[in-house]
Amino acid sequence: MSLDELYREVILDHYRNPRHRGRLEHATAHAEGQNPLCGDEVRIDLVVDGGRVVEIGVTGQGCSISQASASMMAEAVAGKSVAEIEGLSSRFRAMMDLEEGDAGIDESRPGESLGDLEALQGVRRFPVRIKCAALPWTTLKEALEGDAG
Amino acid sequence: MGDLSHLRDDFPILSTEMNGHPLVYLDSAATTQKPVQVLDAMDGYYRTTNANVHRGAYALAVEATDAYEGARAKVARFVNAATPAEIVFTRGTTTAINAIAYGWGLDHLGPGDRVLLTMLEHHANVVPWQIVARHTGAELVYLPLTDGYLVDTSALDGLLDERVKVVGFSGMSNVLGTIGPVAELAAAARSVGAISVVDAAQMVPHMPVDVQALGVDFVAFGAHKMLGPTGIGALWGPMDRLERLEPAEGGGEMILDVGLQESTWADIPHRFEAGTPPIAEAVGFGAAVDYLEAVGMAAVRAHEEQITAYALERLATVPDLTVYGPSDVSARGGAVSFTLADIHPHDLATILDQQGIAVRAGHHCTRPLHRLLDVPATARASFYVYSVPGEVDLLVAALEEARRIFGVA
Ligand SMILES: Cc1ncc(COP(=O)(O)O)c(C=O)c1O
Repeated sequence: MSLDELYREVILDHYRNPRHRGRLEHATAHAEGQNPLCGDEVRIDLVVDGGRVVEIGVTGQGCSISQASASMMAEAVAGKSVAEIEGLSSRFRAMMDLEEGDAGIDESRPGESLGDLEALQGVRRFPVRIKCAALPWTTLKEALEGDAG
Repeated sequence: MGDLSHLRDDFPILSTEMNGHPLVYLDSAATTQKPVQVLDAMDGYYRTTNANVHRGAYALAVEATDAYEGARAKVARFVNAATPAEIVFTRGTTTAINAIAYGWGLDHLGPGDRVLLTMLEHHANVVPWQIVARHTGAELVYLPLTDGYLVDTSALDGLLDERVKVVGFSGMSNVLGTIGPVAELAAAARSVGAISVVDAAQMVPHMPVDVQALGVDFVAFGAHKMLGPTGIGALWGPMDRLERLEPAEGGGEMILDVGLQESTWADIPHRFEAGTPPIAEAVGFGAAVDYLEAVGMAAVRAHEEQITAYALERLATVPDLTVYGPSDVSARGGAVSFTLADIHPHDLATILDQQGIAVRAGHHCTRPLHRLLDVPATARASFYVYSVPGEVDLLVAALEEARRIFGVA
């Protein structure tokens, strides 16, 4: 397993140019997540309307894997329904070996089902870093569960 | 005298591999590796001497007690305590500091009193005081650092007054390497009638220490950062200080007599050692100080200055790398913390790990210091007697590789 496979260009791009970055003043839900082992922090702000995430804002700091994962996740879930997001989340968790099930990755058509997130596949080979990649997703789940509307 | 590379043969783990590369162990500030002399001493104790101490009326129990008390005498000699009884065995540095915070602080601190610490303290010398402050109404104040990463004793003017009852400080920083201004802070404490407490977790392993010459009231250190096992450390205090310390833990072995409402305490040091102690660990601790005495602590310190100077010189050649700590090796130990461009320390640690290099990444149990440095985390390389310049070269090459992977121009 080469490090270049872990630190793919697209990951470094999301790390350095994070999408959907910032707090949402008018958020209907938010959650904060921390990875106490290495200090990664992610905050997710959401505007949920009619069962759909119409806006998402990400803040936080940490390693390239956690911050790129947050940026990619934000891109993947923006505009999606809560049900669709649950599907994405479980496919992501399967890809990380965190959950049984079909990872839904078509190796011949990379980027087809999880988009840029598939670049995080390499993390699976680095067990101590899986938590970093998963942090934004667990934080998002918490935010959705806490959403009143 | 600086070359101690022949010692490497004593450390079995140094000839193992990590991720397919020979292990380059640069995390000795977290814990050191153990020589066969220590491993054999502990193994031999269990094979031939094991029994509980201070209890049985049979020959084996007497032998076990002798081994345990013999280790105390070795540690006492190592730091030049006046008597072995001045060495209290604890579970480690953290437990030793807690024993002082609870055993002294609960009785002697009150509302408005102050505990004066420094901004570079390990959580082990912060959190116990916070807990005791919550019970007593005392508050914590902190000495700042200079731009050169030294404890800024000029700030004593504004912070030192009779409200200060405890002055607690690190003898050597586990992050910056900074050697603490022990004599100055000990004198400052005395001048207002406060006690002084030295977190010597890094100091005792890395330089010659004569506890009586420090002029302080309590010193805490642990075995596992000086070639010994985990699970044992020591609290030193002069007898008249220990006499004024209350036991923080109660139980078997620490009492003289137990009534239904009250008990009386055993002699010092046993009143501070409730329950069955870590006996094999004490034996290992004794073997570790034997080993270090044979090397000589002056040689340990000289070697550390050399390898640290070499590391600082080589790291200075890596573009975009920032070292946090004094540049003068006479003012510091061998913990070298750094950041590299915008590469997060955890990513650095992963990249180094893949090349067999073990470094620590994170806040190293010093959150207040990292907030002061204004970085969420640092990477840290740290050395001990078995570290060699070739390992520094491998580190520097791996850091260059990290720059390439991250596309740092
Ligand atoms: C300066 C300092 N103080 C205290 C400690 C705590 O030591 P331990 O965890 O062995 O009790 C450490 C080591 O982690 C340290 O480096």
